[in-house]
Amino acid sequence: MPEDPHSLVASYALDALDEREEKEFEQHLALCERCREELAGLREAAAALAVGAPPAKPTLELRQRILDQARSERQNVVPLRRPRRWTPVLAATTAIAAAAAIVLGIWATSLDNSNDPLESVLSKPGSKLVSMGHYGGVAVGPDGQAVLALAVPPAPASKTYEAWVIRAGKATPAGLFSGRPGTSIVKVSKPVGAGSVVAVTVEPSGGSPQPTSKPFVLSGAVS
Amino acid sequence: MDRDLAHLTDEAVLSLVAESDDEALAELYDRFGGVAYGLALRILRDESLAQDAVQEAFLAVWRTADRFLAERARASTWILTLVHRRSVDLVRRQEQRRGEPLESAPEPVASEQVEEQAAIRFQRQVVQEALRQLPPDQREALELGYYAGLTQSELAERLGQPLGTIKSRMFTGLTRLRDLLAQAGLEESLR
Ligand SMILES: [Zn+2]
Repeated sequence: MPEDPHSLVASYALDALDEREEKEFEQHLALCERCREELAGLREAAAALAVGAPPAKPTLELRQRILDQARSERQNVVPLRRPRRWTPVLAATTAIAAAAAIVLGIWATSLDNSNDPLESVLSKPGSKLVSMGHYGGVAVGPDGQAVLALAVPPAPASKTYEAWVIRAGKATPAGLFSGRPGTSIVKVSKPVGAGSVVAVTVEPSGGSPQPTSKPFVLSGAVS
Repeated sequence: MDRDLAHLTDEAVLSLVAESDDEALAELYDRFGGVAYGLALRILRDESLAQDAVQEAFLAVWRTADRFLAERARASTWILTLVHRRSVDLVRRQEQRRGEPLESAPEPVASEQVEEQAAIRFQRQVVQEALRQLPPDQREALELGYYAGLTQSELAERLGQPLGTIKSRMFTGLTRLRDLLAQAGLEESLR
């Protein structure tokens, strides 16, 4: 039975939700400014609880281990760092599904790579993220495999969202999806090559062979 | 290359970490490593697991500091959130420990003089005092949720209370704690 999602913000700040509850709350968080604001203050209080625990002295080896590991990663990680020109929402929507989901308030979950499609594209060297404005963006792998991460509401009754890969003025249908509260993660069913643009339109149920409306979500050109 | 980072705010040090400055990471560790390890040990009650949690959290700081900077939140809050999260992840994998009755949870061994900033020691006193001012059932929900790593559903089951009751104790308790800390002027003193 659905309940007031706002009421979970404190349990979330305390890391006291189970996996499913947490995922659902994070979906809510991405769309609820009120909860993000409240979370900021509650997190400070939770961090104060951390300080309230008796302190303990870690070994010197631990300090060394952390610094050694960090230095060794610097060589490898920096060139692969994801581009900085992510829009905040793109960072957030991708993060909701995958890595550190910081901007919309998801700070700490999913530090591990999960096996979600978005992370599997983003983890490939040479993958890119292309913004699609404030709705989110599209992750494109070096092989042209692409995954959309879009915060769009559920499509209206008897309508569907349709993704398109547009190249040289020609639109190819690339999959239907219905949208959902939170972020929709959608595999693009056609490869997205250099010079292509990914777009989303609203179409009658069942989809259309060619767009019947203006794309309301459009990516920049994939380089 | 000897630099003095001590006069920088936590956030300024973090922005150096975001530029892959390892001395800055060392500085952050020196500021919060003791609190971080104390928290991890309290949750995990195992030195080796607690070290793992602290290590993973600081490496997450290293890897994602550039993305965190835009948040304009306190660096210490973020770091301790990460430490808590990793500790809870690890403790939830210790299935057997989770079945233990709550009463038998041993306190971590008090460590010999931990060197820490006076500000942190002061903050600890304020937090402990604020916790004492909470109604016992709210304090219990916060402590068992936060330090024992139990989910709200597990807590409801352990305490034989409806889930809704536990949820609202957590909400009211944490909101109240936040307000008590604000009254105590903790926020200013930490800047
Ligand atoms: Zn909300």
